Amino acid sequence: MTSPKSGNHTDSVTQLDRVTIRFAGDSGDGMQLTGSQFTATTALFGNDVSTLPDYPAEIRAPAGSLPGVSGFQISFSSGDIHTPGDRPDVLVAMNPAALKVNIGDLVPGGGIIVNTDAFNDINLKKAGYAVDPLHDGSLQGYNLYEIPMSTMVTGACEGLGLTSKQIELTKNFFALGVMFWLYERSMAGTEKWIAEKFAGKEAIAEANKRALNAGYAFGETTEIFHTHYRVAPAHLAPGTYRNITGNEATALGFVMASKLAERDLFLASYPITPASDILHQLSSYKHLGIKTVQSEDEIAAIGAAVGAAYGGAMGMTTTSGPGMALKAEMLGLAVMVELPLVVVDVQRAGPSTGMPTKTEQGDLLMSMFGRNSDSPIPVIAPATPAECFTMAIEAWRIALKHMTPVVYLSDAFLATGAEPWKIPQASDLPSIAVENAPPSDRGGFRPYQRDPETLARPWAVPGTKGLEHRIGGLEKLDELGTVSYDPDNHHRMNLLRAEKVARVARDIPATEVWGDAEGELLILGWGSTYGSIRSATERLRERGKSVSHAHLRYLNPLPNDLGDILKRFKRVLLPELNLGQLRMLLRAKYLVDIVGFNLVRGKPFQIGEIEAKAESLLGESVEVSK
Amino acid sequence: MTQSELPVLTKKDFESDQDVRWCPGCGDYSILAQTQKTMPDFGVAKEEIVFISGIGCSGRLPYYMNTFGFHTIHGRAATIATGLKGARPDLMVWVITGDGDALSIGGNHLIHAMRRNVDMKMIMFNNRIYGLTKGQASPTSPIGKKTKSTPMGTIETPIIPLNLVAAAEASFIARSVDTHSEHLQEMMHRAGEHTGAAFLEVLQNCNIFNDGAWRDFTDKSVKEDRMLVLKHGEPMIFGAEKNKGIRLNGLQPEVVTIGENGVTTADLWVHDETDQDATRTQILSRMWWQEFRVPVGVFRRVPRPTHDQLLVAQIEDAKAARAAKGPVDLQRLLSGGETWTVS
Repeated sequence: MTSPKSGNHTDSVTQLDRVTIRFAGDSGDGMQLTGSQFTATTALFGNDVSTLPDYPAEIRAPAGSLPGVSGFQISFSSGDIHTPGDRPDVLVAMNPAALKVNIGDLVPGGGIIVNTDAFNDINLKKAGYAVDPLHDGSLQGYNLYEIPMSTMVTGACEGLGLTSKQIELTKNFFALGVMFWLYERSMAGTEKWIAEKFAGKEAIAEANKRALNAGYAFGETTEIFHTHYRVAPAHLAPGTYRNITGNEATALGFVMASKLAERDLFLASYPITPASDILHQLSSYKHLGIKTVQSEDEIAAIGAAVGAAYGGAMGMTTTSGPGMALKAEMLGLAVMVELPLVVVDVQRAGPSTGMPTKTEQGDLLMSMFGRNSDSPIPVIAPATPAECFTMAIEAWRIALKHMTPVVYLSDAFLATGAEPWKIPQASDLPSIAVENAPPSDRGGFRPYQRDPETLARPWAVPGTKGLEHRIGGLEKLDELGTVSYDPDNHHRMNLLRAEKVARVARDIPATEVWGDAEGELLILGWGSTYGSIRSATERLRERGKSVSHAHLRYLNPLPNDLGDILKRFKRVLLPELNLGQLRMLLRAKYLVDIVGFNLVRGKPFQIGEIEAKAESLLGESVEVSK
Repeated sequence: MTQSELPVLTKKDFESDQDVRWCPGCGDYSILAQTQKTMPDFGVAKEEIVFISGIGCSGRLPYYMNTFGFHTIHGRAATIATGLKGARPDLMVWVITGDGDALSIGGNHLIHAMRRNVDMKMIMFNNRIYGLTKGQASPTSPIGKKTKSTPMGTIETPIIPLNLVAAAEASFIARSVDTHSEHLQEMMHRAGEHTGAAFLEVLQNCNIFNDGAWRDFTDKSVKEDRMLVLKHGEPMIFGAEKNKGIRLNGLQPEVVTIGENGVTTADLWVHDETDQDATRTQILSRMWWQEFRVPVGVFRRVPRPTHDQLLVAQIEDAKAARAAKGPVDLQRLLSGGETWTVS
């Protein structure tokens, strides 16, 4: 991906369009921090960025071991990018294990920056190296930069009265300093961050600052780097931007939804990776009136959310797959009592505990069908980290207007990945407010009398005079809401619940087809595969291929225009990070022979993988036409 | 609660239009009647009272109350009450549950609702059996109890509900009996008056699947001698002749006869509902016929800030702290830390 432009080497600066860097080290080495600092600075510089944190579930696996390696990949560009990059151009490896785990991904001829001080006998043995790879010629195909980082920071931090262990912890800032020099980034943002983070611990702050500066100076003064690199700011649409992860955008979206609905937000959640950050962030917004409860378990969390919704608040819960499995029965109750509710499932690799920090799209069918009986629930999915904001609002718009629980399917890649977000004007966003059922002195309140357009029932909250009524999980008599075992009524109620959700399709935007409206191949996707699919489609179209991309945000109900769109293409390819869940739904509904591309490795698709799959399908169709 | 505007309500105001469908002779009828009779006591408008239940025979009660009612799913009523009360501190929330619902499938939620001091009044109908599913052992069934699911007798030690909720720091703990209607009404009244998590165990008879589970000591003919009616500030005296009592020897309770071996009323354990240390509540909860007498009444009543009060207080504090820095700017919140502008 590193593509030097017109060989501009004056001032020892090489102009690049796009660079992908991976920081890798022990999970205690602060690689996530290093990566996010580089990201923040790079975003502020004006590049388009996309990131992929990749860390083990263990908080601290044994130091120096292969399972303990933590990585953070960032891709940044002067153009529009959609993914964190297939393969890194540069690998920063803080120890032998980090080198071993990541070297296979590096592009041929890519750069490797290593902390040589960590390449001692013990660490080499832990990483399973019989011989030191720095000296056995195995890295000949790469540009290897050997820096004794530990030694350098020891020198830089002399006289601060810190222990050698404390000083050793600053070496990630040294590495960051080197990278800042190499890519012409400013250190100001990170220096400010260090000052704030270590306020009151002046010696530690000073040590980190010195390490950062030492790294920068090392790049500048030593001759091991023959050049440094310039990636010009991207031409993003005018506006004010910030860098944002999917979980941050999701949390802010819910805050916004609460403002737009003029109702209190009530979040009850149980901690679970990779969803907990949404709970953390919303818990810090007490000054906005947001109530949060850390529940005793996943069931209690959704139970409290249902209770809050019953009381007229915006009750919601956040979780990941295993928690979603536990919430199934309560979701069924929410369907039965027809209360608005938003359940966030930040999907991770499964089944069971699976790989908690790794991404997957495996919970679609569970969200659709993972309840007893016919129990329809709208399901929506954001496509990019920044889009989590609008889709979080959208989840609430649907829940409130249609009086239904809504499942919002994010995933680990969206949740922790970051990209620039053009900050919307809060005052421009439309209201999503709905009314409670008004007080009445007529008696005979009918809690299941439906809105003729949406089939939503009234939101009759306790405390409203004259609306005393009883609801529950038992089947309801149509309109009256009293308990009913009448066979025809049950049939009618099941149809009504299905129709109510089906009518949400009248209330969602048309599906956008990027590229041509018809042609050889449509690549269809949902959720976090957006970036890889869009990039692959761009590349294929640049080569003149008849390929278009459509990305679904609404998975239940499906958009009304989807059937026609599918029929306008000779082939449809559906890449999913599962074994074909959406494909099964679409084939069943539209009788279209959609081709799946399914990988479940806990990682996002690489652009090249989708490109190659699409190429092979296009090749097949050529053969067919001959 | 709009108490000032409220017309005086009667039991009839709290009766819904639904036919009551429990087995004839079930103890639940009495509990329902006492519940309806007690409701006017609190001066709370009907629409501001919510009855939430789980699954089991007890779970039907909300349908028969002319208030707001939510018949939820098995074991989870406490979670829904936690959310409702958190979102709507203005409401009066009652939770109706049973021994299977609260102690088995909902055991975890019970513990946490109590420790959080969620301001709910939980009435647990304890009949030591699963009735709605037609007669399986429950967590309060005695060891050896033969049921359809335990044909050779249950091999599991029963839970002592009040011991459990005392360990979970419940701020109000009481026990009564379905057929002791005056006492039951009094206990419901006391539970309703309490601010915080109230737990009232009602010894209830399932005449179909576990008839006479409590008869040994609740029967009119023997209750004076076999039960101990707790009264705050009074020594623990029982017996038709009021000559028996409980003495606390260290942490060991013992039954004594007043007038024998120099025992006087002054030696007896004086009941203190407001005892902050739940240890003595637990000792009391473990006393049982025949070794001891079965205590009924208010075991514990201690003031403690409720979950919703604390939830709201933190929000008020955070708002005040934030207000000192100027009004909340939503646009700034969206912007977060650092931004850049592309023109």
